[in-house]
Amino acid sequence: MAKISFITRDNETITLEGTSGSVMQLAVDNGVPGIDGDCGGVCSCATCHVHVAPEHVAKSGDANEIEADMLELNDYANEQSRLCCQMEITEELDGIVLQVAESD
Amino acid sequence: MLDTQTKESICVIIGASHAGINHAFALRKEGWEGAILLFDKDPEIPYHRPPLSKTYLSNAEVNVLKSVESYEKDNITLNLGVSVNSINRKDKTITLSDGSNQTYNKLIIATGARPIIPPIPGIESATHLYPMRTAEDVANIRNAFQTSKNKRVVIIGGGYIGLETAASIKKLGGTVTVLERETRILARVTAPEMSEYFMQLHAENGVEILTNKNVTAINNANGVNTVVCGDGSQFEADIIIVGVGIRVNLELAKEAGIVIENGILVDETACTNDKDIYAIGDCTFHFNPHYNRHVRLESVQNAVDQAKIAAAAICGKSPVYNSIPWFWSDQYDVKLQMVGLSQGYNETLTRKEECGTKTSIWYFKDDILLAVDAINNPKAFVLGTKFIKDGCKIDKSKLVDPSVNFKPAELLV
Repeated sequence: MAKISFITRDNETITLEGTSGSVMQLAVDNGVPGIDGDCGGVCSCATCHVHVAPEHVAKSGDANEIEADMLELNDYANEQSRLCCQMEITEELDGIVLQVAESD
Repeated sequence: MLDTQTKESICVIIGASHAGINHAFALRKEGWEGAILLFDKDPEIPYHRPPLSKTYLSNAEVNVLKSVESYEKDNITLNLGVSVNSINRKDKTITLSDGSNQTYNKLIIATGARPIIPPIPGIESATHLYPMRTAEDVANIRNAFQTSKNKRVVIIGGGYIGLETAASIKKLGGTVTVLERETRILARVTAPEMSEYFMQLHAENGVEILTNKNVTAINNANGVNTVVCGDGSQFEADIIIVGVGIRVNLELAKEAGIVIENGILVDETACTNDKDIYAIGDCTFHFNPHYNRHVRLESVQNAVDQAKIAAAAICGKSPVYNSIPWFWSDQYDVKLQMVGLSQGYNETLTRKEECGTKTSIWYFKDDILLAVDAINNPKAFVLGTKFIKDGCKIDKSKLVDPSVNFKPAELLV
């Protein structure tokens, strides 16, 4: 069980609990605005882009190669960017705070 | 045009797949206070379609588009396993297959498309012949494969559906043969270099792809099919999968007097010639400002984007649909990402990255970049999207030189 908090583009904090699956799916199932997951979670669309709070970067893990490539040229990406369809929910993520990234 | 909407207003959506579902939730987000009623003849809780030809075949679980709780939370009503018989514009109702009527204030047609089953002689008596469009099709294919002794699968059609299905089935074992009518696969949508790439990829994985094979008959004896081609060649098949394209489900709209042109014709807000009826997704023929022509797109991106446009329009905003189309296909461990529409290209450039399999094909019309096909190369996809959108002028000699960094600063004139 992990408590995962999303800060939306309107600065609203939504805290959800998940046990398994991707962080994107948890967000989509709960209607977190700004996380769309259009491609169904296969790292092909970047509509699940989040910024991990700097103090939580260690527990979030690194972006994989495809993720990094998708993010590298994204205007809104920063060092803490992740595509959350590639983040598996485990206990390690408990307490993580994710800022929903801007997009076009 | 904005009509005042209230808690008593009713929005009816015909079709609960990518377009319909995304529209329902977008509508609620945009502030629609009234009822949102979805109707679909598929009895399954709405699911993602792209994985049907990819992972669903081996992994039995369907990914739902939204959890059951999401519908309840947003007060969206799902009526599954229900067919709509007609749209009655005069009294603003739809008639269901059980004869009952449902009124609407706003109607969304998100009926999508159905797979073409070509009129090949003998096709009605073929055994274990399936299209690839629904969760039920996949369940049938999976069962047939599991219970088949010889597991010889023939796939008719060498487009994305046929190729993805071939890759997924091959993963389960068996003998897979793809029969493509044209001289090369993916002929309609890509350059010859792409056809070659995928021919080789499939060959490496043990799938036989044969081109110039026009299926002219399917014979059946004792439960074994023989697929016969125009050149006389014959292929025995325990299972046949047909992936030769789709027909738009436009009959409801047509019968109701909605203007049809290669699909349901809509304006830049996804509205039809009836101000209270919108159409979204695979079923529409709409204008793309970037390419300056009308298009009909069979993609998740179009379904999702049009769904949101229609929601904004209904709630009084004035959106304009202007997206660069994009698309993806997964076959074996190759990720193909495509952006743009290549129709009308007069030049292609290929860039092979220094390491291994990353390749991209760039479609130009003179100096204008129309589209990019990126193979295992998300950077090319992202960069291509940016360049197309911004109308950038690209230094072509640098583009094809893998030693030049893949960054806008280095590639633009």
